[in-house]
Amino acid sequence: MATDCQRATGRAPLSPFVARHVGPDPAEQAQMLSDLGLSNLEQLIAEVVPEAIRLDATAAAAGLPAGCSEAEALAELQQIAAANQVRRSLIGLGYHDCITPALLQRHVFENPAWYTAYTPYQAEISQGRLEALLNFQTLISELTGLPIANASLLDEATAAAEAMSLSYGACRESSAQRFLVDAEVLPQTWAVLQTRAEPLGIELVPVKPAALLASGTEPFAGAFGLLLQLPGARGLLWDPAELIAAARAAGVMVTAAVDPLAQVLLAPVGELGVEIAIGSSQRLGIPLGFGGPHAAFFATTRAHQRRIPGRLVGQSVDAEGRPALRLALQTREQHIRRDKATSNICTAQVLLAVMAGFYAVHHGPDGLAQIARRVLRLREALRRGLEQLGLAVEPGPGFDTLLLRTPSASALLAAAEAAGFNLRLEPDGLAISLDERSSLEELQHLLAALAAAATAGAVPSAMELGSRLEQELAAAGCGEAPEQLLWGHAVPRRHRPWLQQEVFQRYRSETELLRYIQRLATRDFSLVHGMIPLGSCTMKLNAAAELQPVSWPAFAGLHPFAPAAQSEGYRRLVADLERWLAAITGFAGVSLQPNAGSQGEYAGLLVIRAWHHSRGEQQRTVCLIPTSAHGTNPASAVMAGLQVVPVACDAQGNIDHADLAAKAAAHSAELAALMVTYPSTHGVFEQGIQEICAVVHQHGGQVYLDGANLNAQVGLAKPGLYGADVCHLNLHKTFCIPHGGGGPGVGPIAVAEHLLPFLPGHPLAQGCGGAEAIGPVSAAPWGSASILPISWMYIRLMGGAGLRQASAVALLAANWMAEQLEPHFPVLYRGAGGRVAHECILDLRPLKRSAGLEVDDLAKRLMDYGFHAPTVSWPVAGTVMVEPTESESLAELRRFCAAMAAIRAEAAAIESGASDPVDNPLKRAPHTLAAITADAWSRPYSRSTGGYPLGEQQLEAKLWPAVARIDNAYGDRHLVCTCPSLEELATSLPTRA
Amino acid sequence: MALSYPNDCRYADSHEYVRAEGELIRVGISAFAVDQLGDIVFVELPEVGAALSQGRSFGSVESVKAVEEVIAPISGTIEVRNEAVLASPEELQNDPYGEGWLLLVRPSDPAQLEGLMDATTYSAKVDGH
Repeated sequence: MATDCQRATGRAPLSPFVARHVGPDPAEQAQMLSDLGLSNLEQLIAEVVPEAIRLDATAAAAGLPAGCSEAEALAELQQIAAANQVRRSLIGLGYHDCITPALLQRHVFENPAWYTAYTPYQAEISQGRLEALLNFQTLISELTGLPIANASLLDEATAAAEAMSLSYGACRESSAQRFLVDAEVLPQTWAVLQTRAEPLGIELVPVKPAALLASGTEPFAGAFGLLLQLPGARGLLWDPAELIAAARAAGVMVTAAVDPLAQVLLAPVGELGVEIAIGSSQRLGIPLGFGGPHAAFFATTRAHQRRIPGRLVGQSVDAEGRPALRLALQTREQHIRRDKATSNICTAQVLLAVMAGFYAVHHGPDGLAQIARRVLRLREALRRGLEQLGLAVEPGPGFDTLLLRTPSASALLAAAEAAGFNLRLEPDGLAISLDERSSLEELQHLLAALAAAATAGAVPSAMELGSRLEQELAAAGCGEAPEQLLWGHAVPRRHRPWLQQEVFQRYRSETELLRYIQRLATRDFSLVHGMIPLGSCTMKLNAAAELQPVSWPAFAGLHPFAPAAQSEGYRRLVADLERWLAAITGFAGVSLQPNAGSQGEYAGLLVIRAWHHSRGEQQRTVCLIPTSAHGTNPASAVMAGLQVVPVACDAQGNIDHADLAAKAAAHSAELAALMVTYPSTHGVFEQGIQEICAVVHQHGGQVYLDGANLNAQVGLAKPGLYGADVCHLNLHKTFCIPHGGGGPGVGPIAVAEHLLPFLPGHPLAQGCGGAEAIGPVSAAPWGSASILPISWMYIRLMGGAGLRQASAVALLAANWMAEQLEPHFPVLYRGAGGRVAHECILDLRPLKRSAGLEVDDLAKRLMDYGFHAPTVSWPVAGTVMVEPTESESLAELRRFCAAMAAIRAEAAAIESGASDPVDNPLKRAPHTLAAITADAWSRPYSRSTGGYPLGEQQLEAKLWPAVARIDNAYGDRHLVCTCPSLEELATSLPTRA
Repeated sequence: MALSYPNDCRYADSHEYVRAEGELIRVGISAFAVDQLGDIVFVELPEVGAALSQGRSFGSVESVKAVEEVIAPISGTIEVRNEAVLASPEELQNDPYGEGWLLLVRPSDPAQLEGLMDATTYSAKVDGH
């Protein structure tokens, strides 16, 4: 039997990596199969996956490589990486090279304790990254001068689009449909705004700020918002206060897209009257990575705090009265509000936001100011050098960017490129953006290259220019604040001390910062501690070999808008991945641009809409969505300009075929799409998915398949073959990109042949998107390109046969757990064969009546047993959804089942009256080390029952929750989203007499 | 603990109650709605002088679990709104028919009251829930 398993599910041999990735070994798989009354995996597959859609191993593996060893895959990827050429990119446009402190590279970016954690919904075991995110929010709040900053968004362009949506929703004047956009806005931001505005009927109007101010109130008529880019794409700084005041007086809400490094020196835009500030924190220590992932930010006023998109960390208190952090105002999010949500944003960029926050902790306000001032001085030195060469520089104050007004821009561009510099061609010249890596020595090389092309005389010495500049600044008595001399009075500067919070003051020593980072990491539960059995989230192995290439300079160092010839390696990587993902899903093509599953949904719906429009069927605006769907589905549909019509589900949780047929018929002329999750959000392979697709097609609609549960079907069935037209995939679930503690994610879409022409394009990239491409949905052409090597590695290592094996074992693990847990908790839904798919829902609702227990009581009690809870109250309130994935060993699965059984016994003790209904280990979970070791203990159960219920051996590797049960209501009533300042700390402490 | 539905109120399908007080109508949400929402953290109401239109949303109540729109049980104009409940949303949870009221409204069509449920009918409806 063991050999049966080793031979896997098909005839192809498995690569050696498969045994590394798949938890249960062949003997354990045999044991699990035998417990289920089965003799091999193929038998299980036949019982789980409906025959009509099931593929044999050969058909499933078509178009996929064979698996290989880690060394072989790394060598192959190294060759691909070598085709990239890393030059010094002084292109700017929202992407600036910077220095990632080695400490952050090694201890955060490459540390699985940080990158394998899940979104911090279970706050008691997530206090570390919640604090790190609070640092980020505090940093952004201080940079922008606005009190409420979220825990990051996907990129600057989508953050601008979220600002547009918020302004639109907040505007009381319903006839206001115009959004005024600074002509100096980044080109990718403009393009994404266009994509997002059109389906909502919003008119984008490009404006020149100076002209706007000169023409009175007339341009503001019919406008609900104004977006300013400060500084603009061409780098000039100006005083926007008067324009902001004029806009506000006209009832127009002002958003500023800001550069975080420039904001270090400039007056916080919140003080100038803007109500929203957005931007990218990339240049705060995050590699360019060919466009991402990077953490964008979004800050606003208290008046709009309940409309802010994305996640927000807030302070509350725990059951023992100590301060504790958790995600605040969760009800705004799409999983609750569905089509009324503020946004479809689900993922943040937690890992990158954590790094940007630590970058500021590492440098402190003085260190950040030094970096910003250095950039400013180098710009001035470069300006003088260029003028000595006889090149005209656009006059006016700027921060890091200069515009050369020259007719020979192309020649200069080529000369710079030959010398290793990428500059940016503008219609009227050449732009140069300096950054943290710039130096006088580098300017010297650049000037020499430009001088040769400009056939100028002697090359000025940048070193001399620099030292003369320093002397002048010193003589003027403002050596410490050169911006005074360089900017004059036109530009409002930061006056007050900032970042005075202790965390930004305290860690100049690496020893201390190392320990702080480690202290935070040890508060969080991640895959380094144990399984995270979150249904629908697929917390599988993120193998070290898959992650390693992300740090290679050949992937990390590329600017997204570098000349195409320099990104040859990336293009090969993208082509491989697109081809493989198309083969896995049975579709014709793929776009890797969407930065999250929700963005994939949105992109897929826009592609469907564009196809309908291309056929002259603009009236197709109805989107059918089953009531069991994830909340992002309706939120995305609304953003795509579609009208949501819910479809009922039957008592088994399956789509009600009769209701679907009736709704499709009733809306036959207007039907745009059905959004369906398969296997269903209830974790079963519904029968009749092909019939469902056929009904929709019959009425002229398209089928959008939500790929959240793709891990159940890779190598077993293909959405493109059973009737779907589009599906999105979550590379951060099925294809091993780690969750990063709540992002990054990648949500590509795969589409059928007829939709290929409409795949999203990008204004600054060749070879991106279809012939009739919809506009971009992300700032960067290939989204979060630098983490694509992870999924490339996974597929290359596993090969077609290994991927099928992984899915089969994922089904095996879920079904084995369902059988083990059924005696303790009823399994709510099963498929026609009596089996679940890759996850199962356990019903806890009976315990509410019998023992007064809520789902949260079980979730928190699992922490005491050393586990992260499964998905809580989704998709059915009062239940948990368990997804073990293929990567957990049988020993770990057993440990979890034992904990669940023990918790059921604790509930039984409440039911029988043996335990107090209130003062029991479930209601008082989780137990902190402080509570368990306190001198006083007055609870009716023992300390060990509270803190290590599985016995002393638990203490060998126990992650103690940092805080006791957190009071969510308190925190939502008293919203605090930034670190306390020193003054606030001082006033909150008792003063000595 | 059984939830109460005072006899001097009438109830809408969407779980708002109204109570006639002279020429004005007091509007709030029922104990059933409060129980379903759980811990209430935020209440959003329109300004005094704003018009209500029967069946249309006029504000929202947010709990740690959900945000629910509040639907106007009758049409009219807002004369007074409960500032205390805006400042301390927990009032709504503790005493929905007393301190936790939302609005005092001058009805534009008092006959609309007759279309709402009495306490017995409403209680039977929500108990079957």
